[in-house]
Amino acid sequence: MDERNIVVMKNITVQFPGVKALDDVSFSLRRGEVHVLLGENGAGKSTLVKVLSGVYKRNSGEVYVDGKAVEFRTTKEAQEAGVNIVHQELNLIPYLSVAENIFLGHEPKKNGVIDWKRMYSDTEEVLKNLGVDIPARAEIRSLSVAQQQMVEIAKAVRLESKVIVLDEPTSSLTDKEIESLFRIMRDLRDKGVGIIYISHRFDEIKRICDRATIMRDGKYVATVDVDSCDTDEMIRMMVGRELTDMYPKEKADIGEVVFEAKSFSTEEKLKNCSLYVRKGEILGLAGLMGAGRTEFARAMIGADPILSGEIILNGEKLRIRRPEDAVKRGIGLVPEDRKQQGLILGMSVGKNITLANLKKVMSSGIVRDKAEQKIGEKYIKDLNIRTPGLSQRVKFLSGGNQQKVVVAKWLMAEGNVLIFDEPTRGIDVGAKAEIYRIMSSLAQQGMAIIMISSELPEILGMSDRINVMCNGEVRADIPREEATQEKIMYYATGGK
Amino acid sequence: MKTKKISFSKIPTTLITLAALIILCIVLSIASPYFLTQKNLVNAVLQCTINATLACGMTFVILTGGIDLSVGSVVAFVGVMLGTFVKGGMALPLAIVLSILIGGVAGIINGLLVTKIKLPPFIATLGTMSIGRGLALAKTSGRSIQGLGSGMKFIGSGSILGIPVMILIMIVVFLVGMFILRYTRTGRYVYSVGGNLEATRLSGINTNKYIMFVYLFSGIMSGIAAVMLTGRLDAAQPVAGEGYEMQAIAATVIGGTSMTGGEGRLSGTIVGALFISVLNNGLNLLNVSSYIQQIAIGLVIIFAVALDSLRSK
Repeated sequence: MDERNIVVMKNITVQFPGVKALDDVSFSLRRGEVHVLLGENGAGKSTLVKVLSGVYKRNSGEVYVDGKAVEFRTTKEAQEAGVNIVHQELNLIPYLSVAENIFLGHEPKKNGVIDWKRMYSDTEEVLKNLGVDIPARAEIRSLSVAQQQMVEIAKAVRLESKVIVLDEPTSSLTDKEIESLFRIMRDLRDKGVGIIYISHRFDEIKRICDRATIMRDGKYVATVDVDSCDTDEMIRMMVGRELTDMYPKEKADIGEVVFEAKSFSTEEKLKNCSLYVRKGEILGLAGLMGAGRTEFARAMIGADPILSGEIILNGEKLRIRRPEDAVKRGIGLVPEDRKQQGLILGMSVGKNITLANLKKVMSSGIVRDKAEQKIGEKYIKDLNIRTPGLSQRVKFLSGGNQQKVVVAKWLMAEGNVLIFDEPTRGIDVGAKAEIYRIMSSLAQQGMAIIMISSELPEILGMSDRINVMCNGEVRADIPREEATQEKIMYYATGGK
Repeated sequence: MKTKKISFSKIPTTLITLAALIILCIVLSIASPYFLTQKNLVNAVLQCTINATLACGMTFVILTGGIDLSVGSVVAFVGVMLGTFVKGGMALPLAIVLSILIGGVAGIINGLLVTKIKLPPFIATLGTMSIGRGLALAKTSGRSIQGLGSGMKFIGSGSILGIPVMILIMIVVFLVGMFILRYTRTGRYVYSVGGNLEATRLSGINTNKYIMFVYLFSGIMSGIAAVMLTGRLDAAQPVAGEGYEMQAIAATVIGGTSMTGGEGRLSGTIVGALFISVLNNGLNLLNVSSYIQQIAIGLVIIFAVALDSLRSK
């Protein structure tokens, strides 16, 4: 084995229900290098580091750390072997202090009780070395997200790490904080620590990373030297996939602008976002995770508070303060998280379908079973929803059929603008094609559709026009004819 | 040959509770010859009417994923107000209507605390529970108001066409409740709010309106229960109704309504209330001490919910 390597992962395969998250992936990390994992959302980067750090079990393959074969069952075992991971989601306890969080599970003890004095002084020292100005006694919840991120990093730095994994650490940091993070990374690298870095920002990758491993669809693509490989080449390897004919996009007559969202801003994320969509048009909203697409969608329908923004529907300015207001005007959202936000899982298929427009099956103030049944059966037939019957609880349907129930709900509500947020996430291939067919035929019938998706082929295959978001802003508006995966990825990764 | 396998988890909870009630009745009728007499059975049903009425309101609240701990105190406060009205010479029908409305106002206060101030229902109604009790005691200086006249006595112990008025009131309350849940928009949205609040909101439904409704409904039920109890005792007692909230929750839960909301039926709740009352009645007949009875009810609650959670796995 190559002595330079601190981590070697060989032929790793991870099988999740219905999908191979990793398929025969090999990866190695040298001592004293910063190695970036590149790939689209869902390429398997996070899964790979989670296998390394003991969060996920591998189905096959071998992992070596410092020359020893390992199989960590918990992150704690990984930590003891010197492998630390700074997760994308923050794993801090909001009501404890910075010091308590940094030392969680490793509290210094004196005479059997916690040595608070040492804990605070050690924390101050770690933070000082990182060049960040956070009081050791501050409660986590009083810190900004960026500061919390720095605490997470401090936690990993303090433990004597041989390997540190940073999963998109800069997404919430300011330029100045990024500078100090990079300084720390260089220090660690010079001390021989191996750093795995996950990021989509090529400007940063070019500055800090030594090598890059590119992944796609759970498979290994290539490992390159960052200095000798240009950005376009790396993007090409990330997306290099043939467009299949699974996108039954048919030509629809595109009419006037139906729906327009103007200058939406929110406290957290959105910066002056606007878009419009025309009758019969499918507008694809592309971007990487965390770009603000879901936030934009929720803001448009009044689900979350906004600082500014207005909706113009068919030339008329609307006041939308709650989802009620949007639904009344025929604007619906098929949310990203069907189970948490789209469906009442314990309720029947029939009742879910009529949820947003119950009055259609009511007369004299009474819900009419017969009318409800008739309408439910119509949508089951129209959308080919596979269920034993209307009374079946939605939770027992497959993902694709659940999604069709959500769509049926909005058709029943007589929507004319429909926002699909990741409409095919977690859905098998066959059902995906059906969802695409439904979207395509809705557009043909004159509906205006906004489709948020992280899958580039889906965006390219289905959209008449594509808007790309990055960092809470809409960065580009590209017509179907001019759109390429590389172009979208360029804007999505921060290009201007 | 095909055999159709009936899965245990597919039998409705209401039926299981009902089966348990029937088995309990059979056991008790063997154990005590007096149990199956008409007088005793009517008694057992009479005993459950007030709890069942409160449990009807409680079921609505729990269906949305909430809880109403204030019902017992509201019963006491409304009762005290009713006693004051009647003693003050107000016409009985007006006094009764006014009392029920006061219950409704208490419900609206709970609803506002939950929807506008966003308090967890447990905390909001824990607060109003204490306030209600305090108001009832302060209003009467802790003394009960006695001798409320023949009208109130009729409600408590009279009957129409041989059926006790208390039982008639309970039947009407449940028919109304069942109608709302089964046939109205309100009923549908009570279930969907409890099943998934966010999905319901994103479907364009004013969820707060329906959460308000269930607390209002529960308050009105407390008002009605207060009228019933005051009639039954022929007195308004500021210490009345203590622990009634727990009895109502017990009936609801034994009847199969899920504490997390979205699932349950009023038919289950009425069976649950009957179950508690029959169990108490039977144990009384068998001369089991009331201390042991409490233990029995506790075991039934634990058993009922454990059964439910095992089934849903």
